[in-house]
Amino acid sequence: MRVDGKGRVDRSRPVSFRFDGQSYSGFEGDTLASALLANDVRMVGRSFKYHRPRGILTAGSEEPNALVTIGKGGATDPNVRATMQEIYAGLEARSQNAWPSLAFDLLSVNDLAAPFLGAGFYYKTFMWPRAFWEKVYEPAIRRAAGLGALAATKDGDHYEKAYAFCDVLVIGAGPTGLMAAWVAAQSGADVILADEDARMGGRLNAETLHVDGMPGAEWAADMAAKLAEMPNVRLMTRTTVTGAYDGGTYGALERVSQHIDGVPKGGVRETFWRIVAKRAVLAAGAIERHIAFQNNDRPGIMAAGAVRAYLNRWGVAPGQAISVFANNDDAHRTAMDFQEAGVDVAAVIDSRAEAKALGDYRVIAGAMVTGSTGRKGLTGIEVQSGSGTQKIATDCLAVSGGWNPTVHMTCHMNGRPIWNEEIASFVPTPGAIPGMETAGACNGAFSTAACLAQGVAAAKVCLEAINMKVADVDLPVADDTAYSVAPLWAVPGKGRAWLDFQNDVSVKDVRQAAKENFTSVEHMKRYTTQGMATDQGKNSNVTALALLADASGRGIPETGTTTFRPPFVPVALAAFGAGAQGKGFAPERKTTSHAATIAAGAPMIEAGMWYRPSYFPAPGETTWRQSCDREVGYVREAVGVCDVSTLGKIDIQGPDAAKLLDFVYTNMFSTLKEGRVRYGLMLREDGFVMDDGTTARLGPNHYVMTTTTAAAGQVMRHLEFVTQALRPDWDVRIISVTEQWAQFAVAGPKARDLLNGVLDTPIDNDAWPFMACGEVSVQGVPGRLFRISFSGEHAYEIAVPSRYGDSLFRLLVARAEGAGGGAYGMEALNVLRIEKGFITHAEIHGRVTAQDIGMGRMLSRKKDFIGKTMAARPGLNADGLEQLVGLKPVGPVKQLTAGAHIYSDGEEAVRAHDQGYVTSVAFSPTLGHYMGLGFVRDGLSRHGETLNMVDHLRGIQTQVALCDPVFFDPEGGRTRG
Amino acid sequence: MAELIAKTPFDGMAPVTHGSVTLREVDLGVLTSIAPLKGQGKAAAAAFKEAHGIAWPAPNRATGKEGGRAIWFGRETVLLAGPHVDARLAEHAALTDQSDGWSAVELSGADVEDVLARLIPVDLSAATFKRGHTARSQVQHMNGSITRTGADTFLILVFRSMAGTLRHDLERAMASVATRR
Repeated sequence: MRVDGKGRVDRSRPVSFRFDGQSYSGFEGDTLASALLANDVRMVGRSFKYHRPRGILTAGSEEPNALVTIGKGGATDPNVRATMQEIYAGLEARSQNAWPSLAFDLLSVNDLAAPFLGAGFYYKTFMWPRAFWEKVYEPAIRRAAGLGALAATKDGDHYEKAYAFCDVLVIGAGPTGLMAAWVAAQSGADVILADEDARMGGRLNAETLHVDGMPGAEWAADMAAKLAEMPNVRLMTRTTVTGAYDGGTYGALERVSQHIDGVPKGGVRETFWRIVAKRAVLAAGAIERHIAFQNNDRPGIMAAGAVRAYLNRWGVAPGQAISVFANNDDAHRTAMDFQEAGVDVAAVIDSRAEAKALGDYRVIAGAMVTGSTGRKGLTGIEVQSGSGTQKIATDCLAVSGGWNPTVHMTCHMNGRPIWNEEIASFVPTPGAIPGMETAGACNGAFSTAACLAQGVAAAKVCLEAINMKVADVDLPVADDTAYSVAPLWAVPGKGRAWLDFQNDVSVKDVRQAAKENFTSVEHMKRYTTQGMATDQGKNSNVTALALLADASGRGIPETGTTTFRPPFVPVALAAFGAGAQGKGFAPERKTTSHAATIAAGAPMIEAGMWYRPSYFPAPGETTWRQSCDREVGYVREAVGVCDVSTLGKIDIQGPDAAKLLDFVYTNMFSTLKEGRVRYGLMLREDGFVMDDGTTARLGPNHYVMTTTTAAAGQVMRHLEFVTQALRPDWDVRIISVTEQWAQFAVAGPKARDLLNGVLDTPIDNDAWPFMACGEVSVQGVPGRLFRISFSGEHAYEIAVPSRYGDSLFRLLVARAEGAGGGAYGMEALNVLRIEKGFITHAEIHGRVTAQDIGMGRMLSRKKDFIGKTMAARPGLNADGLEQLVGLKPVGPVKQLTAGAHIYSDGEEAVRAHDQGYVTSVAFSPTLGHYMGLGFVRDGLSRHGETLNMVDHLRGIQTQVALCDPVFFDPEGGRTRG
Repeated sequence: MAELIAKTPFDGMAPVTHGSVTLREVDLGVLTSIAPLKGQGKAAAAAFKEAHGIAWPAPNRATGKEGGRAIWFGRETVLLAGPHVDARLAEHAALTDQSDGWSAVELSGADVEDVLARLIPVDLSAATFKRGHTARSQVQHMNGSITRTGADTFLILVFRSMAGTLRHDLERAMASVATRR
């Protein structure tokens, strides 16, 4: 219910929203949690394992219970913490983990079976019969398991990533963070102040404390306003810093549109920031811990600090008769605040015998809450004290077992926190994250005055470390009440006392784990599932390990903590991978002929990042094979045109250019004459083939190397490594010119005729023999011409600056069509090269040597080259290695398939009899049959043998004869013609 | 006789504006990469200054102005944008025509830094990355060159074939930033 005169919501602005289909009203400034409590909705979800009714426990990102699903369709967001979700008009929230409804949930029968479902239940129960695991147990468990469900439809691309840089990053905008940011900003540093709340101020918004004579919340708002006006300060609200990474890099998740109805057009739901900070101040505050007692999980049993936060910040009383159960003075504030607000305070049960009332309310000192009543919401508690047991009617029990500093981020680089006896909790190890200071409550300082002072001190350390002069700043006057706590982890007694609400882990489970020798805290965690899932045990970790310490007879420091890993709060994978959906996945590289190719109706395939035409369909053709066969015919009988610009081109210049080529290629290039091209083979250091291609000599110290499309980047990187690391003494410069030139293959008996129609000076066979190259003028444009062939035909590659690529492609294709030819795509290109036995990366796939592909003679004996020594290893030159062969079908089945394996005829087609495999296949329209390339043991010396090709996946068996890989024109007469 | 028609990487794209930021294709003229040969760094720089009247830029710097700009372009490499390179420089450096290898855009407007912060992992704030500063860095998934040419203006280059992706990525960031105003 709302309490008049309390809270900072805007009561002039009502907001209506829906929860589980029902309409409710809240105010601007409400979270879903505060608005539901204001409407007296107490049960908001069911627990994960036993489906127990659960209510709101906290008021922050540590919330384990109140997980809801927001939105509809592809924009559905599961596991949203109701405590973090601001309400807006039209908000649709649904409870989770309940079917058919929250009030009546079938799987709550699990709760009745609880005696059998304790820690280790799965491991012990589902062992037998063995075959049942996959078929019965696992599907059943999977159906029951999990928190909220993802939308089954595609999410819109509504996430982005961004980078930010600053001198000082301040994490958390409570009193500590505001003060640290203020000092750093006043000193002239570039400051980023990030807070996961929509409103800066941290606990000051949740308390009635004063700072400098002003209500704390007003002081915080004033500070935030002053900081916002400074040009060197960036305030990031709704931004959770999620992790600390190397080099002063921090991850942060900003909820950009979660508080409004829908993502604005062009906008994003969340931004994942990478913040690089010279120094950082962690002012993350503290999280209140619960006390375990029987049935301590009923809706209405909440964290004491949260209960008064709902009153002070949102003007909501989570109950009509508030009771408090605590082991520390701080929780008494809850009683005082409600007393002051005129809400009935039933009692404060304090486990400390010496506890006294700090206001006008009833204190039961030296007492404990031993049980509770109310199936779907708290109705009363049972209290045991020296004077016996009594029942107290209450509908909201505010529990505080003390506060745990939020040390999480200090552990992200393997640091471990230190046990502090005085506050009975862990505090950060100084220097655990290089360049990060910790201050305030996360550092174990629990009074406002101490927080402010530590904020100033941490900022000073940061500023001095980056050689900045620290501005003089007055320390505000604030409350400095000492924090007094006496540890109480669990109330003794029977029944289930809950620790981890999200995973339904009880005190008994932890003790059971210890009894079964899972005494390491990491083992206990995995055995009981304590501290898993979205809240990562933020509320329960310290209590659980204190109980483990007790059960295993060790101290808490010796028991230690589990490992805190990023992210601090759940982050959608879509946010981590922002910008990488659809067109953002990888750059699309388009050739200059792209528009003309698309206009011709060619389906595109991706080669690397390039888009290349598969084939160019002609009217009447119904299959790709028809188009492909026709295009092969163009090249064999007339002339075909193909865009080959995607091949890597590397400009190599300098007096030592030839030395570099001799070193990276297996064969000699220093002997290549100017105006000539040579085919080269390149090995990796380990002696295996890396790439092949042609290199042209354009001048005395000037070469242009071509690489395959797929290996262009790899070869460039290789050359950079060779020139920078292996031979920095050589005078040679390399640079990519792949994109500078649009290059087209013009291939076929009529290639020269076609070219002579576009070149300003005609060419002939004497001036331009096979493997010649040089400069030409194309319609007045300076270009380059290479007489090279990947089809075995009389062919050229003509290159012009890319701006003319579109125009030249259209011209060449038009001329080719006039000569009975036309454009050809990748399919035809593949057929043409297989007919000639030319290799691609289907063959040089990284596991073959020059010897394996029949190019052993290209390994020069006259010089050293990269990979020479390793290629000479006995293992790479032994008998029985798989070598490149041609394959022809010779039996009744005529089909060959790539990826099939080769077996000796008559032998069973199993691994032990494997003779090799097929790498490339095509139907040759020229020869009228299928042909293949593949690798077969000792294949070079087995031409003529008949073997058995078996494709186990497609169920195809074909008798094949091994042959020379060159199927067509083995003498090469057509190329030279 | 047919004539070859030149096409720019963005093929005459009209300027695109989202919020305060405008994206436009720019024609930088002739682009030449200049990589001094071994031991020729100083001589190349001097010859360059004499031939073009533009200081040889240090790493991560750009010199000159619109129409004649020298942009540091990677290890021991400078990109001259604008005039034809003086052929005499060939004595000291490897010269390579790159005029058609790059797509170039200018991004300008009040929120330009916020837009680029969504794509480029470099601190481009005015205090750190001043006019005349340049970087070779990622532009989302592309390898690019970024130069501040004015108070709220940047010159961005990526490979020619990636012009469409550059536009897609920039527009996406521009639209997102525009919704935040």
